[in-house]
Parts: sequence; C-alpha cells; structure tokens
Amino acid sequence: MALVKLDDVEAGYGGAPILKGIDMEIEASDIGVIVGPNGAGKSTALKSIFGLLKVTGGQVSFLGEDVTNALPDRLVPLGLSFVPQEHNVFTSMSVNENLEMGAFIRRDDFSDTLDSIYDMFPPLKEKRWQNAGELSGGQRQMVAMGRALMSQPRLLLLDEPSAGLSPRYMLEIFEQVVKINASGVGILMVEQNARQALAFATKGFVLANGQNRFTGTGRELLDDPEVAKSFLGG
Amino acid sequence: MNELIFLINKVLISGTVLGSIYALGAVGITLIFGILRFAHFAHGDMMTMGAFITFVLASIAAGLGIVAPVPLAIVVLPLAMALAAMMALGIDRGFYAPLRARGAKPVTLLIASIGVTLMIQGLIRLFAGVQNRSFYEGTAKQVFRIDVPFFGATRPIVFTEPQVWMMGLAIVAVLALHMFLTRSRLGKAMRAMADNADLAQVSGINTQLVVRVTWLIAGTLACLAGTMLALDVSLKPDLAFNIILPIFAAAIVGGLGQSYGAIAGGFVVGFAETMSVFNWAILLRPFRGSLPEWVPNDLSIVPTEYKLTVAFVILVIVLLVRPTGIFKGASS
Repeated sequence: MALVKLDDVEAGYGGAPILKGIDMEIEASDIGVIVGPNGAGKSTALKSIFGLLKVTGGQVSFLGEDVTNALPDRLVPLGLSFVPQEHNVFTSMSVNENLEMGAFIRRDDFSDTLDSIYDMFPPLKEKRWQNAGELSGGQRQMVAMGRALMSQPRLLLLDEPSAGLSPRYMLEIFEQVVKINASGVGILMVEQNARQALAFATKGFVLANGQNRFTGTGRELLDDPEVAKSFLGG
Repeated sequence: MNELIFLINKVLISGTVLGSIYALGAVGITLIFGILRFAHFAHGDMMTMGAFITFVLASIAAGLGIVAPVPLAIVVLPLAMALAAMMALGIDRGFYAPLRARGAKPVTLLIASIGVTLMIQGLIRLFAGVQNRSFYEGTAKQVFRIDVPFFGATRPIVFTEPQVWMMGLAIVAVLALHMFLTRSRLGKAMRAMADNADLAQVSGINTQLVVRVTWLIAGTLACLAGTMLALDVSLKPDLAFNIILPIFAAAIVGGLGQSYGAIAGGFVVGFAETMSVFNWAILLRPFRGSLPEWVPNDLSIVPTEYKLTVAFVILVIVLLVRPTGIFKGASS
C-alpha cells in the first residue's frame, strides 16, 4: 500500500487555489523529489499533506487512511514528520532540547533514537548543550532533520533542505537523506537543486502552475530532453 | 549609623518585598505573552482575586477554630493557589479561548482582558464590598526587630512576618518555575511554543495542553503575589489593579516572553521605586554641621505619591536604549 497518496488535491491559502489537482504516490522505499519553477506549488504540496493549509478538493491518504486536512497533532503520531524550510529550529533552546521536542509525542524511552541522531550528525553531539540559534545554517538543518526524526516517522517531508547551504553541506544533507531512506523511512522533498536531487530520487514530480507536468523516476526526468530544457536549465 | 539602618529598612527590605511581588506578577504576564502573544491586562485582578480566595479560605479556617503557628493565610495558601489556577483556566475557557478559536488578533484579546479586569473588580465589589480588609483583624502582625549593637546604632532593622514569608515563598516559586521550565517535558514544550509556535505545532506538541498549563501557572503565581501584597498592606478590590502598570513595566524591562527577565525586571522596578522615594538627605544627617546651608532637607528623587512614575521612566529608558528588554525578548 502506498505510504502517502495525493488524489487530485486542490489547496491554497484562502484565495484562488495554488494546487489545481495534484496526484502523487510515495512508498516507504521511495525518495520523492518535487521540482519545478517558483510559484509552481511545490511547498504548497508538502504543506497540504501536513495540514498546514486548507485542502479544498481531492483527498490525501496515509497508509490508506483519509487524512485530508488532518492537523499535525494527529499526523505526527500516525508517522508523518515535516521539516519546514525556514524557522525550523527552536533558537533559544539547546540542540538536545530541540531533539527532545521532536519526541514530544513519545512516552517511551527515546535515548536510543537520540543516540542514533548524534551518530548520524556528529557535529551536533559536540554542540548538544549549545543553543540552536548559535549554530551555522548547515548545522541548523541537521538539528531540524534530527528533530523530525525523533518521532520515528514513516514518512519524512523536507521543504528545501539545502536552501542557503554551501555545496559541501548540501551533499552531506543529501547523503543523510539517502541513508534515512535506506533505514525504511519514505522521503518526500522539495528541492531547488533539482539536478543533484533527481540523481538519487526514485520518484520525481515536476510541478508547474499547480499541476503535475512530468512524473517518473529521477533518472527518467533527468534524461527527458523536454524536462531538461524547460525545468533544469538546459 | 541609624541612618544606614533607615536605608536598609526603607530601601533594601521594601525593595525586596515590592520586587518579589512585581516579579511574580510579571512572570505570569510574560508567560502568557510568550504563549498567546497578547498583553494580559487582567493579570492584576487575577492577583486580587487570588488574595480574596485566600482571605475567604483563611476566614473559614478561623471560623472552624483552626489554629496554627503561622498565619492562617499561609496555611490555606496552597488550596487558594489551586483554586485560583482553576479560575484562571476558567477565565481563559470562558473569554479568551472562544476569541482565539475565531482567529482574534492580539489587540482583540487585550481589549477582552480589559473587560475581564472590570468584571473581576465588579464581582469582588459586589460580593465583598468596597472596604479595606486586613488579614490581621483579630491578631497582630508579628514584627521582627533586629538590633544592630555596634557603630552606635540605636534603631533596629524592622521587618514583618509576612515579609519573611513573602521572600521565602518567592524564592521557592522562582526555583520551582526554573526546574519546571528546564527539566520537565511540559516546561520545555512551553519554552518551545514561546520560541516558535508554528514549529511546536509541527513537532506534534499538544499546544492546547501547553496553553492550559500556562494559565494554571500564571493563576498560581498571581494568587501567591496577590496574597503576599494583601498580607503586606491590606485587601481591597483594586489592590493589584493599582500596580498592574509597574508589573507590565517589569515584564517589558525584562524582555517580553523571558521568564528570568521578568524576575530581574520585577526587582529592577521594585528597587528603583523604593530608591526614588527614599529621602537621601537622611544619609547626610551625620555631616549636617559641616554642610552648606543650601543643601535641602529632602533629597528624595520623587515624592511618594509619584512612585508609579518611576516605573515608566525606567520603561522609557529601556525602550529607547534596548527595545527588546534586558534579556532580549520579543519586540512588540
């Protein structure tokens, strides 16, 4: 069964819909990458899954369950996690506390998960008692991803994880995304660095003007001359 | 040497007492602001309400013939704090929560809280009358006098039993709050929500629960502060309404949303007020003979009746020099 499925989803911020009927399907083994020009509705697609804006048509389902317009307090326990693009750490709290907040819904002992995140992002372990607001952009992104993983999600939604990062950090983040996926977590991410991200994507979605334009494996999209010409800059 | 003792009595002790009350009130305001992003104007009246709850419970206890080695107000205080916390929660449920559910702006909530202010004061006047009451109607307030037997001092350092309780309980309350905010899951979630409410929601933090806990804590601390104020002076329907402005000043001076800032701000404002009304000429008295004629007998910075203006002078200076407050809170 599909982990998450968008069926003809229409959504927006109250005015004219930004998504005008989007279809997507992600399995646990997938890394889905959404690409497309600015204003195509890439982030809107992620937010519509996570209940951060109103879905006005169509259906979002998670593991077969209808979660259209469900709020995060229901989605997180179901196994969804979301990393916003901006303001994605608690700046006045320590790295360790940020990660603990990701585990808020868990009442069991989460120290193993905490350790595994420090293993995944060694720089965070050194700075675990430092305020997240004092970290560099790349390290903040690690904290944000770590926080989202603390709830042990089955699907991780990432909104432009490499935005504003140096190429070195971008590669490191992408490497971790592949590893997280290998551990059994489905990934759906929006990316500006489309070529690099499609290179490891099992599913690529090109959105334009709030609609699906091309769907295929990452490889297929990279090899499609029309996609390359219109959306990947030649 | 008597002059120095006068300074201790009038500035140090009074400042600590006033500072503790301001600090406890300001913490509540700053917590509510951090979580709900509005200035809770009715906080002073929640303090007054807390003091009346304590008064009623203490009267009942006295009527039942309960005797204790400490003032009855202190004995019934935990129960009063619990009741006041529930009432704070009820006020939120009844008045603020429905507005939030409709997406009301912070300024709408502020206006609503002014309404709650008038309502609480009206209810207190309706049921308890407008007169001043004292927790010490039958019994005398115990006064401690510590003689300082050196440097030729003849006057004692004076403080009262409720003042000792007040300082002790303020310290306990601040420590308890600190432990809660830094050690407990819910306390950390409260800081997380004050830091970034959207991210807290995205993380799956139960924000409704955090809001409820915030009101419980604010109500508890307001009851403590109000009772302390009533024990120190007397109980009247506008008891804490009169000091809501310095309390707000304390919260802003400390940086809105910053609990530790609010505590520091409370003491800054409290000490500034007592220092401003203190007649500094008293300290010059031993040198009176060698001073020129033109040195006046009254060197207080402002007359006592203008004490409240001091809070605003500090507020204006802080907003000009460091608009986010000493502890860098939210600018609003």
